[in-house]
Amino acid sequence: MEAAITVSNLKKAYKKNAVLTGVDFTIESGTIFALLGSDGAGKTTIINILTTLIKADAGNATVGGFDVAKSPNKVRQHISLTGQFAAVDDILTARENLELIGDLRHVSNSVQTAVDLLKKFNLTDAADRRVATFSGGMRRRLDIAMSLIGSPSIIFLDEPTNELDPEARSDMWQTIRTLAKNGTTVFLTTQYLEEADELADTIAVLHHGTIIAKGTANELKSLVPSGLVKFTFHDEKQLTTAIGVLEDDYEITERDDLTLTVATGGSTTQIAEVFIRLRDAKLEPTDFSQQIPTLDDVFFKLTSTKREEK
Amino acid sequence: MRALKDTWTMAKRSLRHIVRSLDTIITVVLMPIALLLMFVYVLGGALGHQTGSIKYVDFITPGIIVMTVISGIAYAAFRLNTDIQKGIINRFRTMPVAPSSILSGQALSSTLSNLFSSVLVLAVAFAIGFRSSAGLVQWLLFAGLVALLTLATTWMAIFFGLWAKSAEGAGSFSYILLLLIFISPSFVPTSSMTPVLRGFAENQPFTPIIETMRSLLTTGTTGNKSWLALVWSAGILVVMYALAIRQYKRKTFVTTI
Repeated sequence: MEAAITVSNLKKAYKKNAVLTGVDFTIESGTIFALLGSDGAGKTTIINILTTLIKADAGNATVGGFDVAKSPNKVRQHISLTGQFAAVDDILTARENLELIGDLRHVSNSVQTAVDLLKKFNLTDAADRRVATFSGGMRRRLDIAMSLIGSPSIIFLDEPTNELDPEARSDMWQTIRTLAKNGTTVFLTTQYLEEADELADTIAVLHHGTIIAKGTANELKSLVPSGLVKFTFHDEKQLTTAIGVLEDDYEITERDDLTLTVATGGSTTQIAEVFIRLRDAKLEPTDFSQQIPTLDDVFFKLTSTKREEK
Repeated sequence: MRALKDTWTMAKRSLRHIVRSLDTIITVVLMPIALLLMFVYVLGGALGHQTGSIKYVDFITPGIIVMTVISGIAYAAFRLNTDIQKGIINRFRTMPVAPSSILSGQALSSTLSNLFSSVLVLAVAFAIGFRSSAGLVQWLLFAGLVALLTLATTWMAIFFGLWAKSAEGAGSFSYILLLLIFISPSFVPTSSMTPVLRGFAENQPFTPIIETMRSLLTTGTTGNKSWLALVWSAGILVVMYALAIRQYKRKTFVTTI
């Protein structure tokens, strides 16, 4: 597999405010990469550097095999960007928006290209309406359709489902999956762990201007204690006794009024061992359930340990 | 070649914007027309005898045309700034389009639309009695001078469109230019002004431009200030073009982190 994007030691500061403090990652061709981070983590800054909108202060980045700082024009031939806010022309119609991009990308037949994309994105009925009258979901669809003109091999999507309703969001996910299936490399940013989990082949977590973890969703999930079992007890006395029995050997990840979450390790034997200990202490949980680790757990664990280190 | 094609694509887009916001065209021509009527019918009786052998409406029409151009270019600044705010410029900047075409398209559409507005205003002037002895050559020279002035001031508008923080603020520079038109021999001969004002009025850039236009339309000659008019227009064009390009290269178009 060749790399569609490589980034090494990327740094950027605005005035004295360091936004990126050394970012590294590699994205393989034809995969979906999700850059996960909270608001202000620097996600858009990375996109802006990779799409040639701004220059990094230090470090290297190549997109489609070309250095973004040295050959921005070559990079531009391989990419397209769908920004955080739909950059569509309100005064033109949907068809004119598509034809405009087709003309600027010098496709052989921009009229036909527009017709095809209108159909593909379910906008044919609205083709000749001014975009100002479009709903948020329609604008987003048009925005993505415009990005596909000229068949760029790498597509950047900055928070593509931001402010979309659930139905439009699921449509967008489907579009992104189809893109990747056809060999396009997709770079997306998101604040939603669910979205990264759902779509991405590789996830990188950006926190305070640096990548604090990267890997597949499963690899990241393995960073948090596995085999979590949540017990509910009848009263607080039983809960306290249970903690006494377990805390020396097991990590207790969460405790509430009457519930306790224990990291057992995950195997049947390990889980059984915990139950046996509780039985030996004459404790009878009123309920129990296995907890599947989510990316939320990973994210909170990673960002909280980073906070402690500070 | 590619740059020319892209410039035309950009200009077409921008012309569509202009045609579809008819209110802006009306706003652009309305003020000069209103001033034309006011000066001719309200103040013309008092001012008319100051312009000697030239009929008052013939005297002020060139100044009114320059005013039309200036109120027109303010919209070029507004449109460019709106494109920046909405992220459309950034979409273009990540595409393999000739960078110059993004700005040149605006310059081209602004020049074409301002020539159109000027024709509208001229038609009104004609309706209320404006007549010219100019032949085809003089009219072409007149149109060329209007086009050159529009191009030069449009690049000024592009600079301010890039420089301004908001679309509303982008066009405000044109008020200063409008003021300059009043302190020129547009409506009254400079000889009737106080000495200090007169010194300024006779040496500011709009003066030779307006006087050359008037000369072409009334006497059919280019007059004795045509070189100065050309130098000023071309000078403004070169300086504002350079400043606009510099501003474009320096500007950080991105706002979010």
